[in-house]
Amino acid sequence: MKIVVTVKQVPDPNSSLALEADNTLSREKEVVLDPGDECGVEEALQLKEAHGGEVVLVSMGPERAKDAIRKGLSMGADRGILITDPQLAGADALLTARALAAAIKAEAPDLVICSTESYDGSTGMVPPMLAELLGLPQLTFAKKVEMNGASIKVHRQTADGYQVLEAATPALITVTAGIAEPRYASLKGIMAARSKEIKQVGFGDLGIERGEPAETIQGVTDAVARKAGVVIEFDGTAVDRIIAVLAEAKVV
Amino acid sequence: MAKVWVYAELNEGKLVPATLELMTRARELGDVEAIALGAGAKAAAEALGKHGAKVVHVNEDAAFDDYLAEPATDALASLHEQGPPDLVLFGFTTDSREVAGRFAARLGVGLISNAADLEAKDGGFVAKVPYFGGAKLASMKANSKPAIVLIRPKSFEASESGGTADVKELSVSIDAGSKRAHIVERVVEASEKVKLEEAKVVISGGRGMGGPDNFPLLEDLANALGGAVGASRAVVDAGWVPYSMQVGQTGKSVRPGVYIAVGISGAMQHTVGMKASKVIIAINKDAEAPIMKMADLGVVGDALKIVPALTAAVKAKKG
Repeated sequence: MKIVVTVKQVPDPNSSLALEADNTLSREKEVVLDPGDECGVEEALQLKEAHGGEVVLVSMGPERAKDAIRKGLSMGADRGILITDPQLAGADALLTARALAAAIKAEAPDLVICSTESYDGSTGMVPPMLAELLGLPQLTFAKKVEMNGASIKVHRQTADGYQVLEAATPALITVTAGIAEPRYASLKGIMAARSKEIKQVGFGDLGIERGEPAETIQGVTDAVARKAGVVIEFDGTAVDRIIAVLAEAKVV
Repeated sequence: MAKVWVYAELNEGKLVPATLELMTRARELGDVEAIALGAGAKAAAEALGKHGAKVVHVNEDAAFDDYLAEPATDALASLHEQGPPDLVLFGFTTDSREVAGRFAARLGVGLISNAADLEAKDGGFVAKVPYFGGAKLASMKANSKPAIVLIRPKSFEASESGGTADVKELSVSIDAGSKRAHIVERVVEASEKVKLEEAKVVISGGRGMGGPDNFPLLEDLANALGGAVGASRAVVDAGWVPYSMQVGQTGKSVRPGVYIAVGISGAMQHTVGMKASKVIIAINKDAEAPIMKMADLGVVGDALKIVPALTAAVKAKKG
């Protein structure tokens, strides 16, 4: 079984974000493999351990995104593909999905694993677009995955429980962070990852159309900011102060 | 008038609140045609008409409830072939965004997601999209035809404008090839006492709660106040509480009368989902946490001591 996992390098969620003078997010921050994708890689490795096969990581980003792929390889994935090209800088969801689809199609995987959404963008639009472009069914928000021959079963998280979904492979699934605890890369894994292949692919290799970007940014404004209120220490009167606020809001 | 489509999301045969909310803006932007698919579609047409839809395209084929995303994409695509609209609106919800993504990719056009506002401007549609935790709003003009925009829940208030929709049966042949991601079972794990999105008071816990074993302290406070308990993404990801409790960008958006953030630092992913609350109270051991800068009242201290003391005081006050 061949499994492709899409991975993304994102600003470290444990560091605070900053804005540049032009209101774009600062890219100078510490960057890491998206924690959600670590869970996708882990799930892929577990499926490989149970059923055999190969795990291929596919990413799009600047050259330094190789570090994110390398992290996944050190966990145990077999090889990586990095789509990198200045022409793809600032790609919207559709262009991202088109580029990923082109690279993934060439691999003809049995299963594509994405995280439900990235930690930085958090809009979750790429996976359904990718599924459509690859002509695959999408089984989303998986908190549990079972493979049985050429069929896959997924527990899809819902507001009040879950749905059990079934489909024949090939298929695309999106996984929640709760699906599997990502393993730590062993020293042996880190050493082995150094010699694993990361193939670099440019825009011209993909054979896709750039298309028109989804939107034109006309400007950026400050949202109406909440004013900072009062900050007090927890002492003898703090609870009374909270009660006073609750009373004013008419909830007690 | 612009031709505006609204994808009416049905859950277990009922319209989801996000759909009726976005009708409020949709009807100001043009003539609204809603598309309602699956069980309950015909019954939903009445409410959609009352909220401003002139036409509701319905189809109650069981495939819309039995298979994820693809049959609905087929229906939208075949209606699009009969005559494309100027704008297609979806709620930014789990189910709708999956249909929207596939639909946009099938048409080969981009989309704007996570919009908090939308207006007709400069001969097109301009969305306001929050980023940087909602501190900044980007004005984005949609370039695609049709424009496809996903609107965050709670961005508008649902209100009836009166009216009756013309109900049209949408003819769509669902390809056998689209019946793939089969929903074979629905399992309900927890029934919420007070719905998070509808609660007047929301008490949310984060890492500062120390562990899942301490969440009952928040339940006690919620019960005393008649509120609901939410959580930050960090503790949902850590598996302390189910995803259904997540408040934030991709969790639920709430705007209760009072929001009490307990042991939550105030990462942007979280604050974008609760910053519209009327009153925010933060309880955190760190006086410098970002949440303290947006709270009306911040209390610095140990959440595990403060919450029980507060619960006792609320009970005493209510008698």
